[in-house]
Amino acid sequence: MRPATILAAAFGVVLCGTLANAATQAEAAAALAAAQSAEAEAGHLRNQWLPTEAELKTAQAAMTAGDFDAALAAAQRAEALARQSVEQSHEQDKLWSDAVIK
Amino acid sequence: MRAGHLCRLAFAVAALPGLIGLTHAAAKADPAADQHAFQVYARSQFPAVPLADFGNGPYAVNAPMRKQWEEIMQFPPYDFALDEGKAAFEKPFANGRSYGDCFPNKGIGIRQTFPYFDTATGEVVTLDLAINRCREANGEKPLPYQTGLIASIDAYMAETSRGKPFDIKIPDDPRALAAYQDGKRFFYTRRGQLNFSCASCHVQAAGQRLRGDILAPAFGILAAFPIYRSDWGSMGTIDRRFTSCNSQVRSVPFKPQDKAYRDLEYFLSYMSNGVPITGPGARP
Repeated sequence: MRPATILAAAFGVVLCGTLANAATQAEAAAALAAAQSAEAEAGHLRNQWLPTEAELKTAQAAMTAGDFDAALAAAQRAEALARQSVEQSHEQDKLWSDAVIK
Repeated sequence: MRAGHLCRLAFAVAALPGLIGLTHAAAKADPAADQHAFQVYARSQFPAVPLADFGNGPYAVNAPMRKQWEEIMQFPPYDFALDEGKAAFEKPFANGRSYGDCFPNKGIGIRQTFPYFDTATGEVVTLDLAINRCREANGEKPLPYQTGLIASIDAYMAETSRGKPFDIKIPDDPRALAAYQDGKRFFYTRRGQLNFSCASCHVQAAGQRLRGDILAPAFGILAAFPIYRSDWGSMGTIDRRFTSCNSQVRSVPFKPQDKAYRDLEYFLSYMSNGVPITGPGARP
């Protein structure tokens, strides 16, 4: 096999691998929508966290810049944080009264 | 045997309303009992601190800090705000009326009665809210909450009330009780990524260090407001303190004068009944 053919084949393999791992715009947008939905739930419970808001901003900025990998990662972090804040609210619904001075 | 069963059943049925009543009473808010327990706990945490000194926050519970504060108070950092507040308070609005016309006793010596529950509107009214409503009622724009002129006017009004003990009332109105209960719940509810409640710092860790700061006891904590905070380099209202506390635990703070903050102020001030107003204050 000629060296040029080998090189082209190798490039093709690397390119395919990269494309397979890269997030698509649709994936990033779906992750952002899920994060925003979870944060809206935290907002409804009046318990949003600052780091969630920061991650959402990062995700939105990355989406605008077309960096879908970064957008996906930040959106997933935002969703995880938002879900923790929702969990905290539900937990505190039951626990807050234990802390009352009696 | 049968009669015995019937007898026990009759007793059980007779006792049922009493049990239901007790359950209901346990669920129902009892501000006076809460206040008593709150104050007994604070006094037992700091048995050497006289009641009147609880309005001095960290200086009441830490001797080295108190020494520094006494030095600082030779030239109180809030003096400029006090002068500005007095001038603004006395200056008539464009319509010729003034702040004094909006308040009982012309606004002098009344700080200790705020916040109060307004039975006409069904909401908690803080002093800052009343100041801005006074402005709006007289054709003036409301002032931004948290710092600036509103803190200065607040400072002047607090200064005229120094030494007067907090005297917060909870009227016999289910809406007032609900507001009190919401404030109490907020105070004890953990929030933010750091999972802290107001009580985490100002009850459970009162008097202890948080980095370079000494955490003030919750009992009497609002008596010194507004405060000049060296950390801020300016005056701040209760709203400023609440929003910055929330941010510090990485929680998204509410807007100033949000119902949650007003209810919290209502609860905390009621808990501090009897502690004299010391504001305006100075804090690190």
